[in-house]
This record gives sequence, C-alpha cells and structure tokens, in this order.
Amino acid sequence: MLPRAEIAHWLFAAGFLFFGLVVLSEAIVGSTVFRQRRWRAYLWPSLALAAGFWLWFIAIFSTFSTLHLLAHSVWAQAATAAGAVQLAVIRGRLHSSYWSLVTAGALFVSGASFLVHEQNGWLFARSAFLHHLIGWTLVISSLFPLGAAFLPRRAIWAYGFAIAWIAVAVMLFADRDIAPIFGHLSDLAGGGSR
Amino acid sequence: MNELVTSRAKAAVRARTSRRGFRVLAVEALGPLTVLGGIVWAFAQPYRVTFFYPEGKGFWDWAVQPPLLVVLVGLVFALVVAPGIVDDLEGAERGDAPKG
Repeated sequence: MLPRAEIAHWLFAAGFLFFGLVVLSEAIVGSTVFRQRRWRAYLWPSLALAAGFWLWFIAIFSTFSTLHLLAHSVWAQAATAAGAVQLAVIRGRLHSSYWSLVTAGALFVSGASFLVHEQNGWLFARSAFLHHLIGWTLVISSLFPLGAAFLPRRAIWAYGFAIAWIAVAVMLFADRDIAPIFGHLSDLAGGGSR
Repeated sequence: MNELVTSRAKAAVRARTSRRGFRVLAVEALGPLTVLGGIVWAFAQPYRVTFFYPEGKGFWDWAVQPPLLVVLVGLVFALVVAPGIVDDLEGAERGDAPKG
C-alpha cells in the first residue's frame, strides 16, 4: 500500500522543517556551542544521509515516469553527497571550508533538477507552481553554502541556509497531487483524468 | 584599572549577557512557535486534519496529517534538542566543560 505522492512530500516537509530548526539553532548559538554534544553535531549529516536514503527508496518505487525517476535519483545523490562530506567534516577528516562547495553544488543541482523536470508552466497546477518555486529557492539558496566556503566567519550564510530549508518545508506542506494555484488549474492536470 | 576601563568592561559584560539572553530566548522559542504554527494551520484549514473529516479516509490519511506533523516537529525540537543547547550555552558562559 504505497502512499500518494503528496503524502511522501509532507513527510519530507516534516523532515526538512526539523532540519531547518536544527541548523537555525546552530546559527543562533554558533557551531562551538552547538557541537559540544556529539550527537547534535551529527544531526545535520545524519538527516541529509537519511533523506538521501529515502529518496533512493522513492526513486526505486516511484516508477510512473522516467523523468521523475531521474529527478529523484539526482536529489538522492545530492543529499547523500552533501551528508557524507558533512559527516567527514564533523569527524575531523576534512578541514577546509571549501568543502561547503559540495553542499552548494548539491543545492544547485537539486534546484536545477526541479526546474528541468517540470514541463508545465507556473500556473498549470499547484504542483507545477511549487516545482518552479522550490527549484528557484534551491538554486538561490546554493549561494549560502557558497558564501560559507569563501567567507566562513559570516553568520548570515548559516541563517540563510536554515531559513531556506524552513521555506522549502512550507512549500512541500502546501503541495497537493491535484489542486489549483491562485484559482488556476489546467484541464490537463492529473493526466486529464479528472 | 581606572574607572573608565572598569565601566567599559562592565558594559561589555552587560552586552554579552544581553546577547546570550536573546540567543537562549530564540532557541527556546523555536519549538513552541512551530507548535503554534501547526495549531493555527489546523484551525485555518481543518480539512487537512483527518480527525475533523474522517469519512472515507485511508491509512495514510490518518498516519500523515500535515498540521499535526508540524506540531510533532515543534514538540520534538522543544523537548529533545533545545534544552541541551540552552544548557550548553549557559555552561559555555560559566566555563563548564563539554558534556560529550
């Protein structure tokens, strides 16, 4: 009994909201205080790796279109790579702030994947609107880890990164399989089966 | 140490204490604000809570109710994550050792 797509999106929204709160609290108190307890330091990479794992799971079972399979695989790969690199940073295996570029790349590729695999316009349906909005949000959000790579002492990157994930969570919570956006809903939405 | 230097030192301590107080407040507020957001959403869009409209709903509709997920996330953060952060923030100011 597989859940509907919107159900899976809401579950990811809950995960992203928690992730956003965790990284926002780290931005507020600073990494030194936040990482005093080891389990807390490992939250960020663990959540990213868990998201990657579940996205692979969805890529395997969500086989209704090749485009969606590819998009979910790209997101899974991006989350797994970002989580793995952050895990190595927390473990002390990697030291350079430039490793933050992996997170920036993961966000950019994920956002681009949202934009590329949505074939309809912004006002086709709510899901199409959210694909565009989340895609651009992720692409623009990639500037935060990019900034952290070159100017790691500036707190604004951490705040921006956290708020971006909370925003993505809100957008995913707003998702419905078939629903209008600002009063617009194409007759073709839902494969024209409505 | 003359009077002017003492006064500046006290001002710096006061500013640091004030910043710490704000950060403690901010971290403690994140969870409850999230819970509040979920409750407000549940009342604003009651049709997204299966308990309010149970007819014809399946397993996943009962298991995953978006406003209640938001409340759950807020509760987990407020009860599991935030208290330790606040303790460590206050401990760092007192110069306590990390708790591991």
